Amino acid sequence: MRLSKRLAVVSKECVACGCCQKECPLGAISIFKGLYAVVDPDKCIGCGKCAKVCPASVISIIERKGQNEKEKALV
Amino acid sequence: MKRKKHWYDYLWIASALYLILGFFNILFAWLGIICFMVPLLISIFSGTKAYCNQYCGRGQLFELLGRRFKLSKNRDIPHWLRSKWFRYGFLAFFMIMFFNMLFSTWLVFSGARTLREVVTLFWVFKLPWHWANTTKVAPWIAQFAFGFYSIMLTSTLLGLITMVLYKPRSWCVYCPMGTMTQGICKIKYKSESQKQNH
Repeated sequence: MRLSKRLAVVSKECVACGCCQKECPLGAISIFKGLYAVVDPDKCIGCGKCAKVCPASVISIIERKGQNEKEKALV
Repeated sequence: MKRKKHWYDYLWIASALYLILGFFNILFAWLGIICFMVPLLISIFSGTKAYCNQYCGRGQLFELLGRRFKLSKNRDIPHWLRSKWFRYGFLAFFMIMFFNMLFSTWLVFSGARTLREVVTLFWVFKLPWHWANTTKVAPWIAQFAFGFYSIMLTSTLLGLITMVLYKPRSWCVYCPMGTMTQGICKIKYKSESQKQNH
């Protein structure tokens, strides 16, 4: 399966409210043990619905290319 | 794709009903203990924030008003509001006010003070609430109801203000209950991973 070009990334300031989990049309987000939201990169298509609904605005949509560098910058 | 609705997606009705019932009879405020105990018990025993994630009626109510009724400006929350110091500071402040309320209840229970029929908004503004019929119960039971309803009404109003200004569920970012349950989950996770390492 070809992966989409974009991907949702959650920063450390996540409050684990679960809005993104509820919103995700593909069930790609889960709340890890009440700590923070985790995005499944295999399922995520980077639609941005989670980022739009996140009350803490801690989700960003990034390009999959060079993803590691950008993740470091976000955290 | 539309998500299948569950029974718990309608818990916003319970939250709205709670505020309305409390308006007619303050003693309904006691039901609010459920909203305090259930999230704590879930986080203590199952180590999750399932209450916030699925069952929180207040969050659903804000989502409904902010999104469906388009009452929210949908702006990003300021950084300081989502910062750790503010979240934990607000939790500490909330706890102090909560214990202050319990102390008032105790004063009435012990007879050191008489029942004050007021609902205090934002911890400062006192609204006279004389239509409440509290003659059938002990004064301390009524005093607790007034105090608890004050807390619930104040936090709902704060949530409504941030719902309008920022994203619909902005309250969830600094909700003391959410901060506390996340804190419990963190402690639980750390102790569990420490056990596994040894």
